[in-house]
Amino acid sequence: MSTAITQPTEDTRETVAPPHPLVEFWKYFSENKGAVAGLIFIIFAIIVALAAPILAPHSPFEQYRDAILQPPFWQDGGTTQFLLGTDDLGRDIVSRLIHGARLSLFIGVIVVTLSLSSGILLGLLAGYFQGYVEIIIMRLMDIMLALPSLLLALAIVAVLGPSLENAIVAIAVIMLPHFTRLTRAQVLAEKTQDYVTASRVSGAGHVRLMFNVLLPNCMPPLIVQASLTFSNAILDAAALGFLGMGAQPPTPEWGAMLANSLQFVQRAWWVVTFPGLAILFTVLAFNLAGDGLRDALDPKMKR
Amino acid sequence: MIQFILRRFLHIFPAFIGITLLTFSLIHLIPGDPVEMRAGERGIDPERHARLRAEMGLDQPMYVQYLRYLNGVFHGDLGESFVTKKPILEEFLTLFPATVELSFCAMIFAVCIGLPVGILAGVKRGSPFDHTVMAVSLTGYSMPIFWLGILFILFFSVHLGWTPVSGRLSALFWVDADTGFMLIDTLRSDEEGAFKSAVRHLILPSMVLGTIPMAVIARMTRSSMLEVLQADYVRTAKAKGLSPARITMIHALRNAMIPVITVIGLQTGVLLAGAILTETIFAWPGVGKWLIESISRRDYPAVQGGILIIASIIILVNLTVDMIYGIINPRIRHT
Repeated sequence: MSTAITQPTEDTRETVAPPHPLVEFWKYFSENKGAVAGLIFIIFAIIVALAAPILAPHSPFEQYRDAILQPPFWQDGGTTQFLLGTDDLGRDIVSRLIHGARLSLFIGVIVVTLSLSSGILLGLLAGYFQGYVEIIIMRLMDIMLALPSLLLALAIVAVLGPSLENAIVAIAVIMLPHFTRLTRAQVLAEKTQDYVTASRVSGAGHVRLMFNVLLPNCMPPLIVQASLTFSNAILDAAALGFLGMGAQPPTPEWGAMLANSLQFVQRAWWVVTFPGLAILFTVLAFNLAGDGLRDALDPKMKR
Repeated sequence: MIQFILRRFLHIFPAFIGITLLTFSLIHLIPGDPVEMRAGERGIDPERHARLRAEMGLDQPMYVQYLRYLNGVFHGDLGESFVTKKPILEEFLTLFPATVELSFCAMIFAVCIGLPVGILAGVKRGSPFDHTVMAVSLTGYSMPIFWLGILFILFFSVHLGWTPVSGRLSALFWVDADTGFMLIDTLRSDEEGAFKSAVRHLILPSMVLGTIPMAVIARMTRSSMLEVLQADYVRTAKAKGLSPARITMIHALRNAMIPVITVIGLQTGVLLAGAILTETIFAWPGVGKWLIESISRRDYPAVQGGILIIASIIILVNLTVDMIYGIINPRIRHT
């Protein structure tokens, strides 16, 4: 009985003062426990990346010649000087992982920034002007989508030459079609809404209509996609690094750290295990957070 | 129906032309002179240089070069490798069965596990089993498969000694490559135990390559089942008093499969790309490993040809998936 009485009063209070958008967002986001765990890991990774020079006990490049392939500290022969052991050149694995976090997050940020901004621009142009502009842009995107992302990235790297910068450019290019298509679809859906007509009638120009009126209302799915792109970028960059087509040695990139590890797989499991775990956890965290973002931002999922 | 098929065919044409433009420009975007690249370290005198340029058609205008390239492509001429001097198509075709065999086994692995697990998770929504499936599939989806492959080798091959580390067949056997598919070739040969060896070599790479498709299929099947189980006709079936098993397996599953089939088809591209990584780890002599080696050797015609063929295959597979989709879901045909 008591619940039946208190329930309506709570409801009326909520209708009187709608929660701040961020509060509402957090309400839905925090319902998803996995997403919160992902977010916590992301924050942890960002802190590690920012404080890398302070946190890392050694330089990621320093080679301790008398401590080659030393196991982690809990195993026989391991010391607390090298918590997770050393690699085949005597470099501290913890320090390389910490500096690798910097690189991986940097790759994610640059890729998302590049592909999101150019994808939004192309998608807005295609959706807003339609006609030939749309046909040319969207056909090009279809072709890019027909190729598996890693293959297209390899083709681009084959032309530009293997390096971390070129890998970033290649990954940004392969992520582009997803953003373009999403933006265009959103623009097409929003264009016919009354508020757009209203601003056009009141004299808003093309640029204003595109960027100030349409774009803010296209953002939610783009934010979700950005989070998924972030994880894909880290994964693809690691794959390219592993294949020797991305970051080059001695860069402490997680994928490149694994590139030579096949030779030591029998003698030194720690050289193989930890960089992979770092990639897996980071990618997983972004995917979990992406799921949470979708639940919180997609109005259809809220019901 | 015929109109639907024709329309889809017209759709792939610009995509194919686009891919040829891309691979054509690939060779022209690379810094450096193709003639000198071909000549290699020894260098080349100017007269021979000019003759080779003319021979390769590099003195022609760009559009003529492109049309000649396109003409060659349509006649199956993709140029020859800088390294082996053999035609690209021939090299590709001798290696392709290995990749097909691996991808096929990986897909069987992915479907055999992903599908039933996804159905069960959808039916038992919110149960511990469902949560486990979702967690495992998200992990699989986030998995760097090149790392998973190394871990598998470390555990199953090195630690337990169950499976071989790399390759397609033990060196103890010699089997004629009639079809190129090791499973078929070993079955047809009279070498004792060769087939078993081929199967043992296939297990780990298939599992590694199948991991991501398995995760995607499980997730897709689950969400598709959830959607269908809430449909009105399922409620009608329940009201009629049909058994839950019949409702799930016959009424719901049929419709739930429609998006799943599309997803399975679209995983082909993922598989071919994943094959690049898997083949590199397991020293599997397929087109993925060949492509990576060609890039490192700067064997540009091979890279160009390889990308063109793989992309064309993916376009054709997507087309086939589209058509199957049109056949099982009549609504699609009329949109």
